Amino acid sequence: MTATAETTAGSRGSQPPVPDGAVTVTVKIRRFNPEIDDEPRWDAFDIPALPSDRVLNLLHHIKWYVDGTLTFRRSCAHGICGSDAMRINGVNRLACKVLLKDLLEKGDKRTTITIEPIKGLPVHKDLLVDMEPFFEAFRAVKPYLVTYGNEPTRERIQSAADRERFDDTTKCILCACCTTSCPVYWTEGSYFGPAAIVNAHRFIFDSRDEGAEERLDILNDIDGVWRCRTTFNCTDACPRGIQVTKAIQEVKRALLFKRV
Amino acid sequence: MSLALDKPRSPRRPAARRSNGELYSWLFMRLSGLLLVVLVLGHLFIMNILDGGVHKINFGFVAGRWASPFWQFWDLAMLWLAQIHGGNGVRTVINDYARKDSTRFWLKMLLYVSMVLIISLGTFVIFTFDPNISN
Repeated sequence: MTATAETTAGSRGSQPPVPDGAVTVTVKIRRFNPEIDDEPRWDAFDIPALPSDRVLNLLHHIKWYVDGTLTFRRSCAHGICGSDAMRINGVNRLACKVLLKDLLEKGDKRTTITIEPIKGLPVHKDLLVDMEPFFEAFRAVKPYLVTYGNEPTRERIQSAADRERFDDTTKCILCACCTTSCPVYWTEGSYFGPAAIVNAHRFIFDSRDEGAEERLDILNDIDGVWRCRTTFNCTDACPRGIQVTKAIQEVKRALLFKRV
Repeated sequence: MSLALDKPRSPRRPAARRSNGELYSWLFMRLSGLLLVVLVLGHLFIMNILDGGVHKINFGFVAGRWASPFWQFWDLAMLWLAQIHGGNGVRTVINDYARKDSTRFWLKMLLYVSMVLIISLGTFVIFTFDPNISN
């Protein structure tokens, strides 16, 4: 296989004109090309950007006009799909939800933004990680409705108060920001991680679901909720504002008092 | 009953063991922590602050305290709780940070052996302490 040398051209040709009010920022990206590199390396790009740009726009600019080999995931680009989770200036964020104006240095100092792949998952290339271990933990908590007996002929009714109990955890978009911000997950990949527990919480506290006991048994294990050290990294990282640590504590409480 | 998944649980993750061990260890850490706050701060206060502090401690002082079953029990409870509380904490640290199963196993063995040694030695001394040993 012939690995192509560093291409300097973007995938969409030459750079567009710089808009009025643009500032030049340095974007430092932790890159890894499995065909060339033995170790990850840092690449820096100086690019013009507007304060109203999102970090994702900066990545697009680099990929489209500077270096077409830059690899990252993004899909909807509006904070809904959860594809572009990455470590921006050391914290896990969605690149499409972080505005440049919130990262700009005060005064005339040059702004440097560091972007790394999310931690704890194997890196395929640049910012693209293997999400399979993350989804494997997600599947292991049975994130679907479990019921027994005959199916009702009408819809399953639920009161507003019962719905409220798991409302927060329905917001999860499986971006992996929380799980890959967890120090326990970084060193020990067998921990289920916050996202899997959040999705278990969504069904454990659903009055229509009958699989709470199975899920609680799974999370009672050595790799389950007792591994949580309440560092609150996950709550800080969640782009949907889910109170992740609180959800994990509620699962602990359900296990402790054997009551959902 | 069985639901077809395109990729069911990988063999890497063993099935849930249905044991409450981790729950009890978590609960023990909270309860023993609360008790240790009282025991250790009380110990610190008596030994190092009251009546001239650390300078009053000698063989006779220790012998006088251990003549009372209350202080024997206090020190015994402190020894056991501190050892198990600390040992359990180090166990979770080893579980979190050891990367190889063999490293994890041997570190834990070292930990358990040291815990058993210190607990037995301390317990032995508290119960067999002889104030007349110097005679």
